[in-house]
Amino acid sequence: MSTESVSAVPPPAEPGEPSSAPTRRTFIATTTAVGGAAVAGGVIGGSFLVGSEEAAAAPPASRVSLTVNGTRRTVTVDNRTSLLDLLREHFGLTGSKKGCDAGACGACTVLVDGQRHNACLTLAVRLEGAEVITIEGLADGDELHPLQQAFIDEDAFQCGYCTPGQIMSGVGCIKEGHTGSPEEIREWMSGNICRCGCYVKIVRAVEQTADRK
Amino acid sequence: MFPFSYTRVSDTDEALDAGRRGGRYIAGGTTLVDLMRETVERPESLVDISGLPLREVRATEGGGLRIGALVRMAEAAAHPKVRTLYPVISESLELSASAQLRNMATIGGNIMQRTRCTYFRDVTADCNKREPGSGCAALEGHNRTHAILGTSDACVATHPSDVAVAFAALEATVHLLGPDGERRVPFADFLLRPGNTPHREQALRKGELVTAVEVPALPRPLKSGYLKVRDRQSYEFALTSAAVALHIRGGVIREAKVASGGVGTVPWKLPAVERHLVGERPSAALWTAAAEKAADGARPLKHNRFKTELLKRTVERQLRVVGGTK
Repeated sequence: MSTESVSAVPPPAEPGEPSSAPTRRTFIATTTAVGGAAVAGGVIGGSFLVGSEEAAAAPPASRVSLTVNGTRRTVTVDNRTSLLDLLREHFGLTGSKKGCDAGACGACTVLVDGQRHNACLTLAVRLEGAEVITIEGLADGDELHPLQQAFIDEDAFQCGYCTPGQIMSGVGCIKEGHTGSPEEIREWMSGNICRCGCYVKIVRAVEQTADRK
Repeated sequence: MFPFSYTRVSDTDEALDAGRRGGRYIAGGTTLVDLMRETVERPESLVDISGLPLREVRATEGGGLRIGALVRMAEAAAHPKVRTLYPVISESLELSASAQLRNMATIGGNIMQRTRCTYFRDVTADCNKREPGSGCAALEGHNRTHAILGTSDACVATHPSDVAVAFAALEATVHLLGPDGERRVPFADFLLRPGNTPHREQALRKGELVTAVEVPALPRPLKSGYLKVRDRQSYEFALTSAAVALHIRGGVIREAKVASGGVGTVPWKLPAVERHLVGERPSAALWTAAAEKAADGARPLKHNRFKTELLKRTVERQLRVVGGTK
């Protein structure tokens, strides 16, 4: 990709204004189709201009009150904001990770009203009155949640990027009672992808924590 | 994602009013939000129906089952009545998506979900479903996962749902509520084959809301189950699948309900297979002969020829699993 194209990438969206810029795939496909330097000042630039006009016209926003890790919070957010972006960009809770942003990897898993959900596919404005628990809210003071401790004891990660999602999903899995065998755990944890391939130890950590309960 | 207005409704009158004015209903949102982010879907107004009282599972008179449209996939799969009366429904749900998505997604939304065809999801590709008249990139493209049944020259995308295959097999009915009142549509008529209008996917009128799916009573004892064949063991869409329900009494098959997924533009009911089974005694030879009819009328594409044989074997195996080998 040319440097001109790269320079056309807009700055990160301001909090409360998730980018309406093209997705990476759309961007690459469009630049490939139109080709090279013409793109920077042309199609893509134009489409970003539309984006800033939208922002200037103040896209529809809504007020929502929810509880995050025990703290009641009321915010007004652009309706497009996902729970994941609300947590990360507005509340500074960056433990929940953005992997695919499409519900395919599980890195953003949090508990909503006690159940594991993909935060990336959850619109924040829909969470009026909801109770959200993220990886930051799992420990009891300085004492780690048993599953957090088990991940350390079992060395159940390498790069660690998927780990918060794995742990939140594991908490949900244990609560749902689907830990009868390693096979059952693997099936019920299949919504969490680990690119490092630490599955054997992840399953062991979930299994041990479930057994201790 | 394009900007949209957002309204939360608390009763069906409010929902229908918003729907009549062009609002788009959102339930679990697991498909819609994803497609909005890809700009495949661009609703100007979202109507949040998750607060409507459509979350009940109950047995109907005579032993059928009525599942509210907003029952979550996970709730439906785990419900004792679903598990005991129709294991095929529980199994199809638990073999779908991931635990997280099943906690979010609803039964109504599941049957409304849109295809996973990569060209449909890529706004730079030609797709008659997304942009009528633009062409179909899948016809000559990467079509390994596409349909071999119910296709047209305009569209070869599969319907991705698993539980819809179970509903099709069991001849369920979709309950709808619209500005003109309630109506019921047989499952076979609810999801539309593409023909020349692949952008029309359901027999819904403007502003209509799915309120429930009703599964009719079937004679007991009834054995049923779902088999899903896919590229990886879990968390993947079907290459082929089979939903089978059999009522066997006095050593003879009295009722047979069979449908397949992953192969059709809609969940694919297999009446020829059913007819071959009814009145016969279970045997390995019978399963093979019946399953031989599963791919009747198949029109494979360049990269999915394997599905014809795989479909037959999938149906044969699930007949054997549900019906026994005697």
